Amino acid sequence: MERSMEAKTFNAEEVRKDFPLLNEQVYGKPLTYLDNAATTQKPQSVIDTITQFYSKENANIHRGIFCLSEQATKRYKSARHKVQEFLHAASDKEILFVRGTTEAINLVVQCYGRAFLKKDDEVLITHMEHHSNIVPWQMLRDERGIKLKVAPINDDGELLLDEFKKLLTDKVKFVSVVHVSNALGTVNPVKEIVRLAHEKGAVVLLDGAQAVAHTPVDVQDLGCDFYAFSGHKLLGPTGIGVLYGRKELLEKMPPYQGGGDMIRTVTFEKTTYNELPYKFEAGTPHIAGVIGLGTAIDYIRSVGIERIESYEQELLKYGTEKLLQIPGLRLIGTARKKSAILSFVLGEAHAHDIGTILDRQGIAIRAGHHCAMPVMQRFNVPATTRASFAFYNTRQEIDRLVAALHEVTEVFK
Amino acid sequence: MSDDIRELYQQMIMDHNKNPRNFHALPDADRTAEGYNPLCGDHFKVFVKMEGDMIRDIAFEGAGCAISKASASMMTAALKGKTRQEAKVLFDEVRKMLSRQAGGPFDETKVGKLATLAGVCEFPARVKCASLAWHTMTEALDPTGKQVTTE
Repeated sequence: MERSMEAKTFNAEEVRKDFPLLNEQVYGKPLTYLDNAATTQKPQSVIDTITQFYSKENANIHRGIFCLSEQATKRYKSARHKVQEFLHAASDKEILFVRGTTEAINLVVQCYGRAFLKKDDEVLITHMEHHSNIVPWQMLRDERGIKLKVAPINDDGELLLDEFKKLLTDKVKFVSVVHVSNALGTVNPVKEIVRLAHEKGAVVLLDGAQAVAHTPVDVQDLGCDFYAFSGHKLLGPTGIGVLYGRKELLEKMPPYQGGGDMIRTVTFEKTTYNELPYKFEAGTPHIAGVIGLGTAIDYIRSVGIERIESYEQELLKYGTEKLLQIPGLRLIGTARKKSAILSFVLGEAHAHDIGTILDRQGIAIRAGHHCAMPVMQRFNVPATTRASFAFYNTRQEIDRLVAALHEVTEVFK
Repeated sequence: MSDDIRELYQQMIMDHNKNPRNFHALPDADRTAEGYNPLCGDHFKVFVKMEGDMIRDIAFEGAGCAISKASASMMTAALKGKTRQEAKVLFDEVRKMLSRQAGGPFDETKVGKLATLAGVCEFPARVKCASLAWHTMTEALDPTGKQVTTE
């Protein structure tokens, strides 16, 4: 890999060779994969790691007094350490493995929310949250009588920080905000949000599902209390994700699920819990997934997250310019600070019709509400078409997207 | 543009999408039902005015993709004046046409102008769009109280 990485200009063609799926054809056309906000493709190294694990290394962890088990345990631990370094967390005890961002948020709501939030305490979210950062809080609201408040956004899809500040009263005990919006691409001023929330004594969770693969994340610099992300949006396998939590908070939180691995001793009268992070990881975890995620992080680091970010920003600029030249196309999400996500509506064409026409050209995009129905309501559209980019996408692929959108315009003229 | 796209979005479908027939509420409807596909957002309400066993009037309201809207529009045009039984037989044939293997047979004489929707079978992901209004109509005629969805 070092071959291309040392070059000054980013060479997407070179990294594409590491992703076997990108060579596939769809309807006889080269696959143009622009649904990276839904899930990213996997480099060969990640695929090999998982195959290797199941063909040569499979054993349960923390149990066997035999060679394989010890090796699996070592690799599992090493992956946790890789995540710690990747997020710049202070300790690997602050890294919990879960199924994904959704489970991470649910864990915080279940373990922190149910233990420490009382009736009439307020939780502040924003209008651009994914359903996974809305619904768990609504469930807690219905159970505990907390209040859920929503900070508004402007027509560009940016958080109205002044309104956010007004809503951030002394009653707000928890702030839960998306780092990068999956439906709009907006990058939120999360460091500022954390600072403001902490001034009021509120605990902060950041939903980093759309951030970690596209921009450097330093949880200590951000100062957040919790940070959640999914492995599969970071070139890793599905079914594995991470919750970072500050040690002081994790230590005082009750466990998430009861079972094996999370205990120290069990009698029928009393159980004592294991230390962090195991207290939150009951049962045999997704060992292959964790190790695969570790390899995905190795890959990202070998390319360089800063280089990824700057290349994707070039793609965003190019794509935005090209798309805006299409008559009748309206971008939904025009924040000044954006990630490489282009969500749009096009004349009278419904997002699903656009999706079908693009699909026949081999172009994979997402059409729908992107699990962010309140965003659709805010912009008064039933659905949008969304092209979301990764560092293995190219300008040529954007040109293909644009050509196919002209075809849509032709059908719907 | 590929042939199957051209076939799917042929002129008659685009015409029904742009200028849907019977696209309004029926204030004197004696039966209504709503169909909703939450994943794609297609949402229609179907109104039926019966005269004995005959559908005297049928109309719809709502929003969705070109396929779902055109199918709803063509359905209302086809069902006016039909009996419940005829409506059921027609839907059965339409369903066969939409979900057959590409190139498979269906009775064109039975479906009439609805044969315009035959190309949908090339797009399995879109069968749910084309059939939403039909299931909604069925619920209006024979209410089960279940939420209508084709997802």
